[in-house]
Amino acid sequence: MTERLVIIGNGMAPGRMLEHLLEAAPDRYQVTIFNAEPRVNYDRIMLSPVLSGEKAFEEIVIHGDGWYIKHGITLYKGHKIVAIDRAAKTITSDRGVTEPYDKLVIATGSVPFIIPVPGKDLPGVLTYRDLDDVNAMLLAAQSRAKAVVIGGGLLGLEAAAGLKEQGMDVTVLHVMPTLMERQLDPAAGYLLQRAVEARGIKVMTKANTKAIVGNGRVEGLELADGTIIPATLVVMAVGIRPNTAIAKDAGIDTNRGIVVDHGMRTSDPDILALGECAEVGGQVYGLVAPLYEMARVAASRLAGDEGAGFVHSDTPTKLKVTGIDLYSLGDFADGEDREEIVLRDAAAGIYKRLVLKDNRVIGTVLYGETGDGAWFNDLKKKQTDISEMRDTLIFGQAYQGGSPLDPMAAVAALADDAEICGCNGVCKGKITGAITQKGLTSLDDVRAHTKASASCGSCTGLVEQLMSLTLGDSYNPTAVQPMCKCTDLGHDDVRRLIKAKGLKTIPEVMQELQWKTSCGCAKCRPALNYYLVCDWPDEYADDYQSRFINERVHANIQKDGTYSVVPRMWGGVTNANELRAIADVVDKFEIPLVKVTGGQRIDMLGIRKEDLPAVWSDLGKAGFVSGHAYAKGLRTVKTCVGSDWCRFGTQDSTGLGIRIEKFMWGSWTPAKLKMAVSGCPRNCAEATCKDVGVICVDSGFEIHFAGAAGLDIKGTEVLGLVKREDEALEVIVALTQMYREQGRYLERIYKWAKRVGVAEIRRQILDDVPRRGEFYERFVFSQKFAQVDPWSERVSGKDKHEFRPLATVTIAAE
Amino acid sequence: MNWFHIGTLDEIPLRGARCVNTPQGKIGVFRTADDKVFAIEDHCPHRGGPLSQGIVHGAAVTCPLHNWVFSLETGKAQGADEGAVRTIAVRVEGGRISLALEMIAVAAE
Repeated sequence: MTERLVIIGNGMAPGRMLEHLLEAAPDRYQVTIFNAEPRVNYDRIMLSPVLSGEKAFEEIVIHGDGWYIKHGITLYKGHKIVAIDRAAKTITSDRGVTEPYDKLVIATGSVPFIIPVPGKDLPGVLTYRDLDDVNAMLLAAQSRAKAVVIGGGLLGLEAAAGLKEQGMDVTVLHVMPTLMERQLDPAAGYLLQRAVEARGIKVMTKANTKAIVGNGRVEGLELADGTIIPATLVVMAVGIRPNTAIAKDAGIDTNRGIVVDHGMRTSDPDILALGECAEVGGQVYGLVAPLYEMARVAASRLAGDEGAGFVHSDTPTKLKVTGIDLYSLGDFADGEDREEIVLRDAAAGIYKRLVLKDNRVIGTVLYGETGDGAWFNDLKKKQTDISEMRDTLIFGQAYQGGSPLDPMAAVAALADDAEICGCNGVCKGKITGAITQKGLTSLDDVRAHTKASASCGSCTGLVEQLMSLTLGDSYNPTAVQPMCKCTDLGHDDVRRLIKAKGLKTIPEVMQELQWKTSCGCAKCRPALNYYLVCDWPDEYADDYQSRFINERVHANIQKDGTYSVVPRMWGGVTNANELRAIADVVDKFEIPLVKVTGGQRIDMLGIRKEDLPAVWSDLGKAGFVSGHAYAKGLRTVKTCVGSDWCRFGTQDSTGLGIRIEKFMWGSWTPAKLKMAVSGCPRNCAEATCKDVGVICVDSGFEIHFAGAAGLDIKGTEVLGLVKREDEALEVIVALTQMYREQGRYLERIYKWAKRVGVAEIRRQILDDVPRRGEFYERFVFSQKFAQVDPWSERVSGKDKHEFRPLATVTIAAE
Repeated sequence: MNWFHIGTLDEIPLRGARCVNTPQGKIGVFRTADDKVFAIEDHCPHRGGPLSQGIVHGAAVTCPLHNWVFSLETGKAQGADEGAVRTIAVRVEGGRISLALEMIAVAAE
């Protein structure tokens, strides 16, 4: 007969326990769960990305409703248990459901600690614990007002970063002198504080909260020194307490948490406890790895394996704030019997500290670069004697034994039992084993089967490296990344098949490549349109309905639905006639803002869509053409004044810039393409952070590419030096054509270059002269069809419907 | 409720939209790949984007400002976003499109 297993709580620990139990003894129990939260089991660790807007709730659900149905589990959502009757072996919920049990598991988790200050109950004071808290914070953030987060620990900082991301003005108060002092030493805490402040979050340490003030709702917070900080939202993230109330009421032994033996059994042998509410070996836990260990043990015990027991191990701490890399593990306090090795690189913002005792690693703090965390953790776990590699230890695994600095080699060198995923306690051997035995080929598969990188995701890179190592060339992480939900094919496959099968219209591509939707989506249609424009310049009829609005109407849409217009100023050079024409247009159409752009030209903002053709008509009379400031295509070629005027100029940089722009305007590219030509290495045109740049020198032209100065900041790569201007133009054109043919839609040139490799690009464009010529010829051919000024076309009446309402309905006269 | 003739099917590009100005705000009139016509309020509930300027795919449109996707049939936001736009009843007879508007008005142009 099946036994009745009842679980109080539906967090990550009992969820994981059930997974193990269903595997070990699928038919042994009839399972019923009572969840105080009105929802399914989700990944609580990922609440921070939900708060910051990087993820949606649906993406962090662990078990959807279907999972419970499939396994015949009854889930009561929104039921809080109010009583356990141990004599009758039943529990009762606040909504009046009484359920008998043979075995009971208490997994009530923890409750956030509320600082007992006046005003703690005011509306606007929140904690950070579950999805309801996140939703409340998101609601509060809509006001874009001031928020105070009390607590500079892991949760507090993640909450602060999330609120900042949502547009709030955030101050973090921390009672200790440095942030995250339980996980970080003061030096790393200081670096962290700087990084947090660099995001515009204010940090106040040694800050004691005296009261939360406000009339009817939060208006501010008063510190012990009398300082008042105005705020409409106060988030308390100062710690958690195990939620033991229900167990205590039932007469089960509790201390800090619900006391359990190392088999997760409470003082009542039919009742188990696990998760944050449980106290084992005198310790309570709040990080996911030990909680999952408890889940494993509890499941084994419930399945009848009396041998399973909980073993304590240190868990590394990682901060989940995008752009801040931080890793801390073990014991790092100073001590007489301890030595330390410290590496500081102020320029790169790197700090690493290892604490050693008897030539063994006992603690690690890594900040700024955390790639070796797993290796240090492994050394610590195995108590490896490090005296042999002491001198180079701090530089990480790649430096040991003279092997080169190759992250793949470092991963390859890890032992099979080295931990890869700290959250889920998954070692290297388990991942590689699963890949080979189960024939896994995608990251999602590996996550589903091993749980590695399925929680906080910070080890995703390591897992991918393991997949490459195990699968060799057959693992291509990009091949499994489909273009969008309309197809399983990735961008590269689609591009290849368009060429191979000679597909020349969007419907043809969708038919032949078995698109799953009737006419694609806003992601794939613009991509396909670009690929077809690029591959069949003379045959393909551009599908304007598959272009983003800006490229459809040849202007930039603004937040209020008006448009901005940027005419081309070749090489950033203009004259009195052009400026006069612009001034006249601005007056005539009452254009509210005129602004000089970063690309050395003039932007007119706030133009009504209906006025666009008339604006272009006037501009066209002065000789202006579209600047394509809206295009995934050639934007600007920025220049300095060069040898004509500048006393340092080595070549005619202005002339070359204009020549490039006149040659290349109108071309479509995978993503926008911005260029610059500087007349000497002083680089006034800032060519070394452009998609393509030229630095003129006495001996010729240094061609640069793959820079970035937007979301990412990256200096360019040097493609090579050429002697003549003609050659410079040919190289730049060929490089652009190679990118046009190989880039994925919306992939900037620096990302493409990273994927293909700078050496390979150099080989094809600089070294292989015939090949360069072919690229050049194909670009020139495609320009025959691309160099048509879209503005004058529209002045002449093309796409008239775009610029007029279909009808205007007015109220009838009485 | 009154029906207003606002134009003909061939005045709207396939997989495209036009907008109609009314005293109660702009209305986007959409024509899908299979020649169905829908009308919704031309104002995204997220940040007020003009939905008639978006890319039309299936019976849905993607807002040009922040890529929210709306069903043209129900007006509801798709996927993880929550929100809805008002839908307006449309009648197409012999290529002539009419909208049902709750006012006494005349159609011009």
